[in-house]
Amino acid sequence: MRWHYKHFISSKTRKAIVNIIVCLKQILDPEVPARDFRVDHDRREAVRGSANLVTNIFCENALETALQLKERSGGRITALIFGPEEAEDSLRKALAMKADEAVLVVNDGVAHPDPLAVAQALAAAVRRIGAYDLVLVGRESGDWGMGQTGGLLAEELGLPCVSFVDAIEAGGSGLLLKRQTDNGWERVDAKPPMVATITNNEFNVPRIPKTRDIMMSSRQPIAKWTLDELGVDAAAIRAGGGYSRVVELAIPEKEVTCEFVSGDTLEQKVDQLAQRIMEIARAL
Amino acid sequence: MSDVVICLFSNAGYDRAAQGLVGAGRRLADALGARLQAVVLGPQNPELSIRAASIADAVVAADQPGLAEYQPEPCLAVLTQICRELAPRAVLLSNDTYSQELAPRLAHRLGGSAAGDGVELAVENGALRVKRSVYGGKAIATIELLRTPAVVWLRARAFEVAEGARPASIATVRGSSLSVPAETPTRIIERKSEATGEARLEDAAIIVSGGRGLGGPEPFKDLQEVAGLLGGQTAASRAACDSGWCPPSWQVGQTGKKVAPGLYLAVAIRGASQHMAGISDAKNIAAINIDADAPIFKHCRFGIVEDYKKVVPLLKERLAAMQK
Ligand SMILES: Cc1cc2nc3c(=O)[nH]c(=O)nc-3n(C[C@H](O)[C@H](O)[C@H](O)COP(=O)(O)OP(=O)(O)OC[C@H]3O[C@@H](n4cnc5c(N)ncnc54)[C@H](O)[C@@H]3O)c2cc1C
Ligand SMILES: Nc1ncnc2c1ncn2[C@@H]1O[C@H](COP(=O)(O)O)[C@@H](O)[C@H]1O
Repeated sequence: MRWHYKHFISSKTRKAIVNIIVCLKQILDPEVPARDFRVDHDRREAVRGSANLVTNIFCENALETALQLKERSGGRITALIFGPEEAEDSLRKALAMKADEAVLVVNDGVAHPDPLAVAQALAAAVRRIGAYDLVLVGRESGDWGMGQTGGLLAEELGLPCVSFVDAIEAGGSGLLLKRQTDNGWERVDAKPPMVATITNNEFNVPRIPKTRDIMMSSRQPIAKWTLDELGVDAAAIRAGGGYSRVVELAIPEKEVTCEFVSGDTLEQKVDQLAQRIMEIARAL
Repeated sequence: MSDVVICLFSNAGYDRAAQGLVGAGRRLADALGARLQAVVLGPQNPELSIRAASIADAVVAADQPGLAEYQPEPCLAVLTQICRELAPRAVLLSNDTYSQELAPRLAHRLGGSAAGDGVELAVENGALRVKRSVYGGKAIATIELLRTPAVVWLRARAFEVAEGARPASIATVRGSSLSVPAETPTRIIERKSEATGEARLEDAAIIVSGGRGLGGPEPFKDLQEVAGLLGGQTAASRAACDSGWCPPSWQVGQTGKKVAPGLYLAVAIRGASQHMAGISDAKNIAAINIDADAPIFKHCRFGIVEDYKKVVPLLKERLAAMQK
């Protein structure tokens, strides 16, 4: 059961240099269990507590997709974050995974600007980075999960966009992409430059960086740009933007008590389980 | 600037998502004292258009040859043109692949604001507010859209349908009134379905779902048999999909299918919040898990703490016997 990925990525991919910018977001560790999760109602933000900050998983899927494409086709990969100084850690990890360059657009404004403000900051940075064929973002972030940055970024840059992509190779009019749909997949022929949002599959699980590369990454340079030098409306972005705002953040109440099936033997327990399942099935 | 527009795809038909979307649009339009305009993209689908027209105030069917099958850039261009003409206050879409792909870009082109995965809509002081789950389902946020139009994609299947018996008024726009870009930088060149059965996972009444605890692809065959005995379908957690044990389209969760079955039986699934975010509309959740402390049990009506390897074969036997 391997479906079409292997087949999709043919071994005789045409040599074509593809320069890629991968946008990464650093987020509160999404693995924090629900019982430890708190929100600050006034600030309408999650309470960090003792949780780690990590790179959003779909951004790492995007970087992995970019690295595999580069390994086959050549090109350079630039990792880009719009975030606070501490987001440098995510860029170091990207360098350790073997991104070539890293750019941090320093966010010295509100912690969670709206999706358009983020897209405007990223678009300005992408333009300044210059020569690129492909801009990759995650399908959505694990914190606010707006799922909009890719589309808005494409519009800011005046580029086409394909969403939910899980494999890319050089070919066709430039790039051939495979993307997931509600009940299967589609193959897309694309002429770069373009934006793609990346989703997960079994082949873009992010690689674990080598210890040597982690050590090397701590010495690699990271370009730091301020909003003021990017020619954007820095004040508006710092204030969070004028696109949308969060007016309430709450933890949903949910109380269900689980009834564990009982019985002396496994057979008795499974018998009860089967009965309860059948009751529901018959009532439907 | 007062209409509410809903965007439907003719190829998808008048499914539960379309019905929920029409219902949500009708109620929002009524709350705003606005007209409801249903835009149908793609080849003529009389059933869909007539059903929508019985609830909406008007239906605009865009069936240009260039829209016969979904293509991102042409569909976006046409939807933008139609919306510019109608100058709506709000545009509502469903949460299928295509709608999610179009919505933020459409909002940008119209100078509006988008929000997605909405489970509730409200109007507050004239502004549209969208409730949606955030932080992997651990919190729920209300987002206010600051620009017009508000472009919102909804978990449409979870919205109530509307009854309607209005006289149908269907306008077809085609020919020179719309320009469909012919040469586009991206083009879908192949489409494949990996659907398991007739029904869509989203519409399944019973779902038997497997997680990483299954340890490999083979046990999914047993789950399919159990599902078959119940007339249900099979799904999976992200961890199982990422392991390559089943196709990505089986994934349920925040970034997978949002399902609403009468029964969701989770086998060897831990119950991470991101997984639960896909089954918040399930009426009953049950689990088979070896770990009594697995978070999944916090959401379950009933469950069994046991190794699935022991439970599933017996369960299959019992269910088969009960069918007789
Ligand atoms: C941004 C983001 C989005 C995500 N979106 C999704 C999503 O859409 N869908 C999704 O599913 N996940 C999603 N995830 C991943 C999610 O956080 C979890 O990692 C994932 O759901 C875990 O899958 P699992 O429960 O199958 O595996 P595990 O967490 O490994 O759990 C396996 C379970 O199996 C049980 N088990 C083991 N052996 C046996 C046995 N022999 N018999 C019975 N039980 C056994 C264990 O007790 C355990 O509870 C997302 C994560 C992020 C960060
Ligand atoms: N501040 C940011 N800096 C860099 N990339 C970002 C930022 N915010 C969002 N992205 C990208 O956009 C994707 C989707 O995020 P979102 O639209 O917020 O759900 C992420 O996976 C990132 O690739």
